[in-house]
Amino acid sequence: MQCDVCKQNKATVFLTQIEKGKMQKVNLCETCAHAKGVADPKGFALVEMLHGFGHGEKVATQPQERTCPNCGMTQTTFRKTGRLGCGACYQTFGEGMDQLLKAMHKGVRHTGRVPAWAKVVGRDNGRVEDLRVRLEEAVAAERYEEAGRLRDEIRQLTPPETAV
Amino acid sequence: MMKFATLLRKPPEWMLLDGPHRDIVITSRVRLARNLDGPAFPGFAKKEDRTTVMQELQPVVEGLPEMKDGFSEDLGGLDAIRKQVLVEKHLISREQAAKSGGSAAVINRDQSLSIMINEEDHLRMQSIRSGLDLRVAYAALDRVDEELDGLVKFAFHPRFGYLTACPTNLGTGMRASAMLHLPGLVLSEQVNQVIAAVNKIGLAVRGLYGEGTEALANLFQISNQHTLGEREPEIIARLERVIEQIINHERNARRKLVEDQPHKVLDHVGRAYAALRYAHILESKEALTQLSMLRLGSDLGILPSDLGRTIDTLLVEIQPAHLQINSQRKLGPEERDVLRAETLRQRLAGVPEPRPESLQPPVDPEPPVI
Repeated sequence: MQCDVCKQNKATVFLTQIEKGKMQKVNLCETCAHAKGVADPKGFALVEMLHGFGHGEKVATQPQERTCPNCGMTQTTFRKTGRLGCGACYQTFGEGMDQLLKAMHKGVRHTGRVPAWAKVVGRDNGRVEDLRVRLEEAVAAERYEEAGRLRDEIRQLTPPETAV
Repeated sequence: MMKFATLLRKPPEWMLLDGPHRDIVITSRVRLARNLDGPAFPGFAKKEDRTTVMQELQPVVEGLPEMKDGFSEDLGGLDAIRKQVLVEKHLISREQAAKSGGSAAVINRDQSLSIMINEEDHLRMQSIRSGLDLRVAYAALDRVDEELDGLVKFAFHPRFGYLTACPTNLGTGMRASAMLHLPGLVLSEQVNQVIAAVNKIGLAVRGLYGEGTEALANLFQISNQHTLGEREPEIIARLERVIEQIINHERNARRKLVEDQPHKVLDHVGRAYAALRYAHILESKEALTQLSMLRLGSDLGILPSDLGRTIDTLLVEIQPAHLQINSQRKLGPEERDVLRAETLRQRLAGVPEPRPESLQPPVDPEPPVI
């Protein structure tokens, strides 16, 4: 398919816009897409909005792009596609994930089935991590009484660290 | 292993059984998304890595006791029509049908379990049952999940649960759904209200072939949207409660139609009977609508009660790929419409004329024991 603007290059960017109830389709090559500002990350506002990144400060481009050390997925690609590259990406892009998950799901913590290996390795089934998250939330919301209780619970569950 | 021809010829188990509320709920399906710990998800993996994952998983899945004498095929080894047949039978997804090499489908002998390798996730496992039977569908799948859990290491995070390519499937990775036939709610123009209400409580309503497809034949798929934050049995119980409510609404709508507008019901069924028995050109959409009305006629006593099963079979058999594979060649849309009408005339040849005097409102099944 040819680019609708220069009519020379192969179109690789396909834009569909709905204006006043009418659907318009434009096919662009990479060069023309850049020239028209289609490739501008702000042009992907829709996907970002759907995935909860619609709030200004999150969209601000970082000087160094976050990239998954396991699979090489970049933050930009993740935002564009809404898909992660591998399991490790959930660690890499973990920040801001809660916000995204809150919009999508009933809760932000898994309570269902656990694979055998996680039962053995985790032993507490992620209970400590769970408590840590709740502790952070309690502190952020200035619920200090609850925070104190959670801190004590975490202390009880974690073995005392050996002095260095 | 089972051949494609056998898979095509053999009706799936769900079609032969009468599950609970079979008059309204055609099938219940549960699917689980799972990934291996380590390798990139199929959509982002390099081709050779994807192939490695498939070579690791396919023999493991084929080796499951449930998959004995089943069907297993690399999507690269199937032509477009065969792939489309599997989609029409709800055994693979449209997304997987678009793939070629590096992706495989493993289906058990009675077609109640299908496992897609390298769809959006490394594994997408599905269990399908007749009627409203989500718990049993889940139990069958849970066994498979447990067996695989002992053979491979799944990607899992204590807080996020099972890790999936799309965060919308995170946690349990489970999507449970039921396919409902709601002609009563459609004819009495209440269906949009029901859909809006269902959406509001965090469930999704989709058409016959999933996301973004039209609600043809008055068939609606209702499924959970949330996969994280609730345990699997809770998700299923909530979905089941809502579906039971919808079943009640549908029965009431049918009852009211029979009482207040019997001629409207008889007219719809009569026209459907005439079109399906005597038409020579039938587009897919019209055929599906008429089959829906014929099924309603059977549910309301105007047509034989065992017709429902034939109709459910036909809903699949008149789809484009099924028509083409049975005629052993590629057909244009006009040729398909002729062949579709011919197939329907033949399959429904022995069905007696509708009997208006037998029209009766739906009977509520035995109240559940509390």
